[in-house]
Amino acid sequence: MSSTHASTNEGQHYFVPQPSIWPPVLSAGMLTLALGFILKINHFGVGPLFMLSGAAIIIFVLFKWFGAVIYENQTGAYSDWEDRSFRHGMVWFIGSEVMFFAAFFGALFYTRNISVPILGSLEAAHAGITLWPGFAEGAWNVVGVGPKGTAFTPVSAWGIPTINTALLLSSGATLTWAHWGLLKDNRFQLKFGLFLTVLLGAIFLGLQAFEYHHAYTELGLTLGSGVYGATFFMLTGFHGFHVTLGAIMLTVVLLRSMSGHFDAKRHFAFEAVAWYWHFVDVVWLLLFVLVYWL
Amino acid sequence: MNTATIAHDGHGHGDHHPSGIMRWLTTTNHKDIGTMYMTFSLLMFFLGGLMILLVRAELFQPGLQFLKPEFFNQLIGNHALIMIFGALMPAATGFANWQIPLMIGAPDMALPRLNNWGFWLLPPAATLLTLPFILEFFGVGDGALATGWTFYAPLSIQGGIGVDFAIFAVHILGISSIMGSINIIVTIFNMRAPGMTMMKLPLFVWGWLITAFLLVITLPVLAGAVTMLLMDRHFDTHFFIAAGGGDPILFQHLFWFFGHPEVYILLLPVWGLIPHVLSTFTRKPTYGYKAQVYSFIAIGVLSLVVWAHHFFTAGMPVPALLYFMYSTMSISLPLAVLFFCWVATMWRGAMTFETPMLFALGFIVLFGIAGLTGLVLADVAADAQYHHSYFVVAHFHYALFTGGIMGVMTGVYYWLPKWTGHMYSEKLGKLHFWLTVISFNLTFMPQFFLGLAGMPRRIPDYALQFAEFNAISTVGAFILGFSQLIFAWNIWKCIKGGEKAHAKVWEGAEGLEWELPSPPPHHSWEVQPKVA
Ligand SMILES: [Cu+2]
Repeated sequence: MSSTHASTNEGQHYFVPQPSIWPPVLSAGMLTLALGFILKINHFGVGPLFMLSGAAIIIFVLFKWFGAVIYENQTGAYSDWEDRSFRHGMVWFIGSEVMFFAAFFGALFYTRNISVPILGSLEAAHAGITLWPGFAEGAWNVVGVGPKGTAFTPVSAWGIPTINTALLLSSGATLTWAHWGLLKDNRFQLKFGLFLTVLLGAIFLGLQAFEYHHAYTELGLTLGSGVYGATFFMLTGFHGFHVTLGAIMLTVVLLRSMSGHFDAKRHFAFEAVAWYWHFVDVVWLLLFVLVYWL
Repeated sequence: MNTATIAHDGHGHGDHHPSGIMRWLTTTNHKDIGTMYMTFSLLMFFLGGLMILLVRAELFQPGLQFLKPEFFNQLIGNHALIMIFGALMPAATGFANWQIPLMIGAPDMALPRLNNWGFWLLPPAATLLTLPFILEFFGVGDGALATGWTFYAPLSIQGGIGVDFAIFAVHILGISSIMGSINIIVTIFNMRAPGMTMMKLPLFVWGWLITAFLLVITLPVLAGAVTMLLMDRHFDTHFFIAAGGGDPILFQHLFWFFGHPEVYILLLPVWGLIPHVLSTFTRKPTYGYKAQVYSFIAIGVLSLVVWAHHFFTAGMPVPALLYFMYSTMSISLPLAVLFFCWVATMWRGAMTFETPMLFALGFIVLFGIAGLTGLVLADVAADAQYHHSYFVVAHFHYALFTGGIMGVMTGVYYWLPKWTGHMYSEKLGKLHFWLTVISFNLTFMPQFFLGLAGMPRRIPDYALQFAEFNAISTVGAFILGFSQLIFAWNIWKCIKGGEKAHAKVWEGAEGLEWELPSPPPHHSWEVQPKVA
């Protein structure tokens, strides 16, 4: 990061960073983490040790790598040209995330509309062949008994999920309010808006954790509750994981705002995180309708 | 102007480039990264080839000679994963790294550090794929992935630790390819020289742009599918277990939503580079530039909606079968446009037959066989007989070896003088070509007939009636494998020395990359060219 190589486009310079050790170190951290996870799920004692070291390496590199980018940004290495690269890059990254969720929504659609009805009609056709007692034909939400014979109740849409919808929607609004603040150079509005957004995100995650606890202890709904439990927890779980990531990124943006970063013209990081947050928001709306409500 | 530095720099000016291993670990230069991709690809090509030579040796005669069936199963799946993700995709990405900035007049790739990360994710993934072989040798675990490269549930749910290794390898490979693709898309959209409009982009760049879109769209779905598989294996879910209301065929849908476009991911960069080679050695402009661009786009879109032709026999409602049959067959329309344009480019050209041109011609003829046999497999009724037979194996090797790997070899011979500054040995190149083409057909042509006669894939033993053709196929495979040493030797010699290459290596070549010296300077296009 010491000196920079530059190129020109009608007098503009394109910033090509100096050699950096962080990419291969990040890969090494990921290899360690993956190895540790494989060892752990196959019951080798050293697994967690590997996982912890891998995670530590990854977190360390993220600090250093993002730190380098922020330093370059603050010291004026980037012009509009680089800014455009970052924006395009973020858009396509979110695009790939959309497709990751699409795989799980696809699994939900397929099981709910195709495979479960077929399995159910098998039962109807050959009375006596049952997957498990109470597996009813084609009735998704009444697949009320898990494969191990334990009954479960689906989470109702009109309790915590409704509150969570309101929380996430308002967090989108507070984030936009913060953006307006940044645009008209009202630093208080920027920081307070960001703070409210992080706070709403944190409350959302807390309620989600409470709901999981409720599902496991009182509703009997677990990952093992047939394909309903699998799709329910994987979809909401990956969403919750993305909210967590988004909240961490928002916190970084809040801290950077507090130390005077960003102005009305140049604030790629703020916008990238905002796009990400809105994406997570839209995924939640789909979840609310397709997983909780219908 | 050409070494402008930023004033705040506190450590002195200019470029510091570490030497030795640190140069390669830390590089942000598209040419260094391209070289690493190409080298990695060649190594994996030999590793994957070695695996399949063991398989072919076992298949030389009926009966079990020297491989345990479990090990046989591990070899075939890992051969495929290593050839697809280790050899072909990195080779295409290596081309992209070397050539796209040169061809569009860009100073480098748009996101250089990310670019390096994309490469350095590959060695960890290759480690994860091959480690279980070694662990088993030391008595840990039960070997590598033994399900075939497709991971079909429920077999993969029952499999051993090798499946877990392969799942994480696929995750890391996926991240690598997605990062690489994002970088390529951004580079193409944001780094073009002034005047280089989208409809002036070289066809190779267009081919890669569509490839990158397909990767961003489909790889996350594969990641989701193997994540569900991991959950089913270890965390009590029932996505693919019918006893819990799940469905093993769901896995096939998710896998092939990625798997079919993957074929075009491997082929589109090659379809992009072939017109450059044809036009160079026929000394004529490319015929039908726009038609080829629109065909790329059409093939890209269609490839996303035809996936279920890979499991017609798994059971599907008849309307679904018909839909997937007709949509699959419709891909042959834009593909026929490409074939027409390739032939029309050569029509009445002043042709010469240097090694890249030979490989391009071999590609067109042999890939044509892949296309025509694909039409047969796309037919639901016919597929009921051919499915899971050696006919399929022969078909996709005509697609991926001649369409993919011979395409990559075309590009290597075409651009190697530009990269190294030396000419390769034309004599060795021609020898490599003829040995490759003859032994390839010797290996795979008999497999069409084995498949038609009913020999199933993925079985280490077979009925006596298949013996002769299998023996021929194995002889062909060994010649094919050892011929590739000539390729490696020729590349090595070309790096080390040889006749000096001009900036414009080939008399008939057109495009920005030929305006730079051979080899190009460490930083190319420090001042972007203006394209008229
Ligand atoms: Cu296909």
